[in-house]
Amino acid sequence: MMTRRRVLALAAGAAALPVLQLLPTSAFASVEETQKMIDDFAGGQELQSGKLTLTAPEIAENGNTVPITVEVDSAMEGDDLVQSVMILAEDNPRPEVATFNFTAMSGTAAATTRMRLARTQNVVALAKMADGTVYMDRKEVKVTIGGCGG
Amino acid sequence: MASAPKPRVKVPKTASAGEVIAIKTLISHEMESGQRKDKDGNVIPRKIINKFSCTFNDQEVFSCDLDPAISANPYFEFNAKVPESGTFKFTWVDDDGSVYEDEQKIEVS
Repeated sequence: MMTRRRVLALAAGAAALPVLQLLPTSAFASVEETQKMIDDFAGGQELQSGKLTLTAPEIAENGNTVPITVEVDSAMEGDDLVQSVMILAEDNPRPEVATFNFTAMSGTAAATTRMRLARTQNVVALAKMADGTVYMDRKEVKVTIGGCGG
Repeated sequence: MASAPKPRVKVPKTASAGEVIAIKTLISHEMESGQRKDKDGNVIPRKIINKFSCTFNDQEVFSCDLDPAISANPYFEFNAKVPESGTFKFTWVDDDGSVYEDEQKIEVS
């Protein structure tokens, strides 16, 4: 039985639908998606600051090749060993950039690479230690020419 | 791609036992992100190097999982502890399954 109220509710639902479909189609990763990747990496651990240093230029003229360095203050022995460091970019089409895996043979937990940045945004680095502690560092990089165009 | 990816690696020739040395690697590769479109509006399929690893005398030293946000011609700089003379092996794995390799020997005095 189709009551007047039911018809109105259906019409309202149909009107709301196209709006809902528009929302999740943004081409760029959101801060929430980055946060989800941070939570997955941390596995419930509280994020600590210090020890981990992310070095990136304040202003990157060319977003196609932005040099970044991560360095963790660690003896690289026993429990004081960095297992992995993950790099994320909050406002790229996808947040993940790279994950470095270190071993005791690495000597120090430091690595440098070059990354792409689509626009001015925060770059996040997370380090996971052998004892489960997770450190985070964040740097804003201003980008003059974006590096994901085409 | 105009030519096959060519790895270049810089490792010191000699070191003292237990020394921590710096290693620099570079490989020529376009790292097509899968985000770009050609002039007809079709997405250019993703083709990147997705894994890099370095071993010393078959022991893992350093590895990296790469995502499309790594620049073309991926460059890495990292450290390694050298307990004895031996060989560093470097491996890059492409999306299409190709593997590119390089080797460098080091003398411990």
